[in-house]
Amino acid sequence: MSVYSLAKALGITLKHMFSKPVTIPYPSAPVPLKPRFHGRHVLTRHPDGLEKCIGCSLCAAACPAYAIYVEPAENDPENPVSAGERYAKVYEINMLRCIFCGLCEEACPTGAIVLGNEFELADYVYADLVYGKEDLLVDTVGSKAQRREAEQTGKPVKLGFEVPYVRPELEGVKYE
Amino acid sequence: MIYLIAALKGLVLILLLLFTFAYLTWGMRRGLARFQIRLGPNRVGPLGLLQPIADAVKAIFKEDISVANADKFVYWLAPLISFTFALAAFAIIPLGPKGSIFGIDPWVADLNVGILYLFAAAELATYGIFLSGWASGSKYSLLGGLRSAAGLVGYELALGVALLGPVLMVGSLNLRDIVDWQAQHGWLALWQLPVFIVYFIAALAEMGRTPFDFVEAEQELVGGFSTEYNSMKFVSFYMAELLHWITASALIPTLFMAGWHAPFGLPEIPILWLFIKWLVFIFIVMWIWASWFRTRYDVLIRFAWGVLFPVALAWFLLTAYWVASRGGAA
Repeated sequence: MSVYSLAKALGITLKHMFSKPVTIPYPSAPVPLKPRFHGRHVLTRHPDGLEKCIGCSLCAAACPAYAIYVEPAENDPENPVSAGERYAKVYEINMLRCIFCGLCEEACPTGAIVLGNEFELADYVYADLVYGKEDLLVDTVGSKAQRREAEQTGKPVKLGFEVPYVRPELEGVKYE
Repeated sequence: MIYLIAALKGLVLILLLLFTFAYLTWGMRRGLARFQIRLGPNRVGPLGLLQPIADAVKAIFKEDISVANADKFVYWLAPLISFTFALAAFAIIPLGPKGSIFGIDPWVADLNVGILYLFAAAELATYGIFLSGWASGSKYSLLGGLRSAAGLVGYELALGVALLGPVLMVGSLNLRDIVDWQAQHGWLALWQLPVFIVYFIAALAEMGRTPFDFVEAEQELVGGFSTEYNSMKFVSFYMAELLHWITASALIPTLFMAGWHAPFGLPEIPILWLFIKWLVFIFIVMWIWASWFRTRYDVLIRFAWGVLFPVALAWFLLTAYWVASRGGAA
């Protein structure tokens, strides 16, 4: 211990005082996320509008938490839903079970299921946390709870985060 | 009539000090947070300015628990002693010249023995800490009280002897005389630099702030003397502690930096200049608090007896020789 080290300590804290706080006042300010943050899943589409998911259930097989349920159906050749022979008639992810590991994304042969950046999933009822196709498809913005609140207040969904860019796997997703 | 005015002034001062205390808790938390690159409390009201009110409501409505092993009477008395004498010390600090605030003198008491009164009030306030440590019936509290008692013997001596030099130089124990002397002859902090430093260090120990906050020592003693206190009794200890900080930060400028007088020939405005100097010392103490470690209490005792006291004593003798050779105080 010396006077020099005491003075140095004072210098360090004074320097800190004039630097920007690391605290993010989260609900009132957005959280900066890394582009590869594992958040809520997104079911992406091909550029022509067809769903990428072919209902193969490989994601469900890969899922370590048994959170995914897929029920496939044959495509109508006149009016196809997906680009393959079959499509996912039911595609459910239980967000209470999901551990956001991203193995479904790795298992998917068509790149249909991708982990997005949304993380504000908290809700009141267990059943509401089972997300179906309509909640996961690419055009849907916000979690079920956020969309319900937006509907009640009449304001648009406000996402609580910001990313420098949306990674290319999340084809067609826009986070504003 | 004189007594009535003094009582009213006392009341105003107490309210002012309590208000300052409340907002010092806010300022302290915000300030320390900035030193730690955080934001601090900013949720209640704009900038978190209503936080002290929320804290007060919370403290008042908390259940008041007593300890079975406690010595009930002393257990109740200790926070009162601590709080009362912490308030009392501020009474003699002059905030401006005579009759400067709507024709009223901006001080509560104008004592000829001001500095002795100051020591008495400060010493009695530490009784609250010993008594709470002894009366709580808990070993953590006892250890906290013991540390406070052991430390006190060391630093109070240095604190007292440090002020002998300035008193000899000015030739008065009255704080107003000390302030006016400095307006004529320059700051005592320059005339008496070594004891100014000694006094500042000892004052840090007296207000129980880092690096000498071993009386509380959350990490080792679970809060020291205040372990067994909660609700308003705890708040009165907390208030006492912060009031010591408030008082010392006003006292050091008064004793060593010309008090309410403006520095560098700037226009004199009552209260304002003392307030600015007060803010500077509040900040310095907070800065030290955010930066430094906590010493062991035996280190403080050795430091106080081995360094602070000899320096203060030697400087006192030197000042005495100087004053005597000039044939009396300036």
